[in-house]
Amino acid sequence: MMTRRDESRDPVLIGAGALLVALAAASILVPVFSTSEPLAIGDVISLRLLPPLTRGTDGHFHLLGTDRFGRDLFTRMMLAGRISLAVGIVGSLLAAAVGTGIGAVAAWRRGWLDRALMGIADALLSIPRLVLLLVCAALWQPGLTTVVVVLIATGWMGVARMIRAEVLGVAVQPYVQAAGALGASGSRVLLRHVLPNALAPAIVATTLGVGNAILLESGLSFLGLGIQPPRPSWGNMIAGGRDLIVTAPWVAIAPGVALIATVLAATLIGDALRDRLAGERAFRRDIADRV
Amino acid sequence: MMLIVRRAGTAAVLLWLVITLTFVLIRLAPGDPAAFLVAPSASAADAARVRSELGLDRSIPIQYARWLGATLRGDLGLSFTTGTPVTRVLREAAPISVGLGALSLTLTFLIGVPIGMLQAARRGRATDRMLTVLSTAVYAAPSFWLALALVAVFTYGAATLGFPASLRLPAFGLRTPGVTLHGWHAAVDLARHAVLPVVILTAVGAAGIARYARTSVAEVLGLDFVRTARAKGVRSRAVYGRHVLANVLPALVVLFALSLPGVLAGSIFVESVFAWPGLGRATLNGILARDYPVVMGATVLYAAAVIVANLAAELSLPLLDPRREHA
Repeated sequence: MMTRRDESRDPVLIGAGALLVALAAASILVPVFSTSEPLAIGDVISLRLLPPLTRGTDGHFHLLGTDRFGRDLFTRMMLAGRISLAVGIVGSLLAAAVGTGIGAVAAWRRGWLDRALMGIADALLSIPRLVLLLVCAALWQPGLTTVVVVLIATGWMGVARMIRAEVLGVAVQPYVQAAGALGASGSRVLLRHVLPNALAPAIVATTLGVGNAILLESGLSFLGLGIQPPRPSWGNMIAGGRDLIVTAPWVAIAPGVALIATVLAATLIGDALRDRLAGERAFRRDIADRV
Repeated sequence: MMLIVRRAGTAAVLLWLVITLTFVLIRLAPGDPAAFLVAPSASAADAARVRSELGLDRSIPIQYARWLGATLRGDLGLSFTTGTPVTRVLREAAPISVGLGALSLTLTFLIGVPIGMLQAARRGRATDRMLTVLSTAVYAAPSFWLALALVAVFTYGAATLGFPASLRLPAFGLRTPGVTLHGWHAAVDLARHAVLPVVILTAVGAAGIARYARTSVAEVLGLDFVRTARAKGVRSRAVYGRHVLANVLPALVVLFALSLPGVLAGSIFVESVFAWPGLGRATLNGILARDYPVVMGATVLYAAAVIVANLAAELSLPLLDPRREHA
C-alpha cells in the first residue's frame, strides 16, 4: 500500500497533469497568437499540403504543415482542442449533474418513480452508447449544441445508477435519521446530509467521463454527425485527412496524436482519483463507451 | 430456478422498454422520412402516397402498436431505401460482425488478462507504470484513427519501405476484388484482409481489459488467503493460477458481458474505415439515410445482444462463485 505522500509524487500522475495543462494552455493561446488564419482559405495552390516544418510562400512557418486548403495544421489543431476540451468537460459535467439529480430523486422518492426512472436508465444502458449517440445525432441537425445535448442524453444513466445506490446506502445512516428527527425538511436532508456523502463515485465517473466524451465527440465528428467544418474538431480533422493518408499522412495523424494525449492525460488523472476516492464500481461502465 | 425465471422476466421487460424507447426516439425527431424518399420535384400528392404506403399517416399509437406487434413476431419491416426486409439486411450483415467481434473479444481476453495480472504483480514498479501508460494510451486512441494509422503503415508505407510481400496487408473489403479464389487460397485471402480490423479491435479491447484486470487482481492480491497461501509455501505460479484467477474470474465474466457493447460499437468505425459490409456499416448507412426501419431493427438487435449477454453473465455467476448462491 502506498502512502498518500508517495501517491502525490507519482510521476505518471504529475506527467498527466502537466500534459493536460500544457494542452489546455496551447489550445487557448496558440490560436490567439498565431499569425495564420485557421478558418479562412487563402492561396490554396501554393500553400496546400505543405509537409511539417516548412515555410510557406506567404512567409509563415508551419510546424505541422498545412491541410488541403493551405491552412496551418497546428493552429487548427489547437483551435479544435478548445472545442473538443470544452465539449468533453461540459458534456460530461452536465451528464453527471442530470444523472445525480435523477439518481437522487429515484432513491429518495422510491416507489413507482424510482422503478420508472431506473427502467428507462437500464433500457438506455442496454443500447450501446455509440449506437444511441449516432441515432440521436443523426436525427437532429448536427452541430455543437446537438453534440452536447446528445452526450448528456446518453451519459446520465451510469451516474444516476451509482448515485441511487449511494443515496440508498447513506439514507439509512444514523446521522441522516437524526437530521430528519430534528425537523429538517426532506429536501434539506437530501441536499445537505445525504448527497455530499454520496458524491465520491460520481466525481470519479465524471473525471473518467471527460476522456470518453472527447472520444465520442471525435467519433461523431469523424462520421460527419458532430462538429461541422469549417469549425475544426479533432474528429472532423482526422476525417478530412482520411483520403490523404497516403499522400499527406500528417493531416490525419497529427490531430489524432493531440486527441490521444488529451484523453490519456484525462484518463490517468481519473484513475488516480478513483484509486483515492472510490472502488471499482465507478469504473465498470466506462469500458462499454469506447469509440 | 425461480431466479432464472425472474431474471428472464426482467430481461423481457427491458427489451420491451428498449423497443418502445427506440420508437419514441425516432418519432420525436424532426423531419419527414418521406421527404427523403421522393424526388425533390415530386408533388405533395406523391409524398402523401409514399407516407400512406409506409403507414406514416396513421396516428402514433397505431404506428406503435403495429410496430411492437410486428417486432415481437420477428418482422422488422422493409428498408425505406432498398425495399428489402430489414431482417434480411441484418441477417446478411450479422455473420461478418459476429465473426469479427467474437474473434477480437476472445483475443482481447487472452491478451488483456495476462497483461493486467503482470501489472498487478509488479504494482507501482517501472513495468507497471510503463504498461499503464501504454495500455491507457491505446485505450485513449479512437479506433478510426488507429485504423488509418495502421493502413498508412501496412499498405502504402509497407510498399515504400520495402516490407516483404507477406507484410503488405490489404486495407479494404473482405476479399481481393476481381479474382476468384477457392478453398485454402480464399481462406488465406480472407485472413489477410481480417488482420488489420481484428488487430485494432483487439488492441483497444485488450487495453481496456488490462486496466480492469489490474485493479481486480491487485484487490485479490491484498486479501488474507493469498498471504496465507504464500506463507505456507505455495509457488507463485500456483498462487496466481489457482487462488487469484479463481477469485477474479467472476469479475471477468461480468466484464465480458460489459465489453460486448463496446466491441459491437467499435466495429461501426472499423467496418466503416475498412469497408466491411457488417452490421456496423448497415447501421451507419441506415442512420445517414434516415432509413428508420433499419436503424430501429439494428438498435433492437444490439440491445437484445447486450441484454442476453448480461443475463447469461448474471446467471453464470453462481456457477463460477458458489459463495454467491446464497446471496
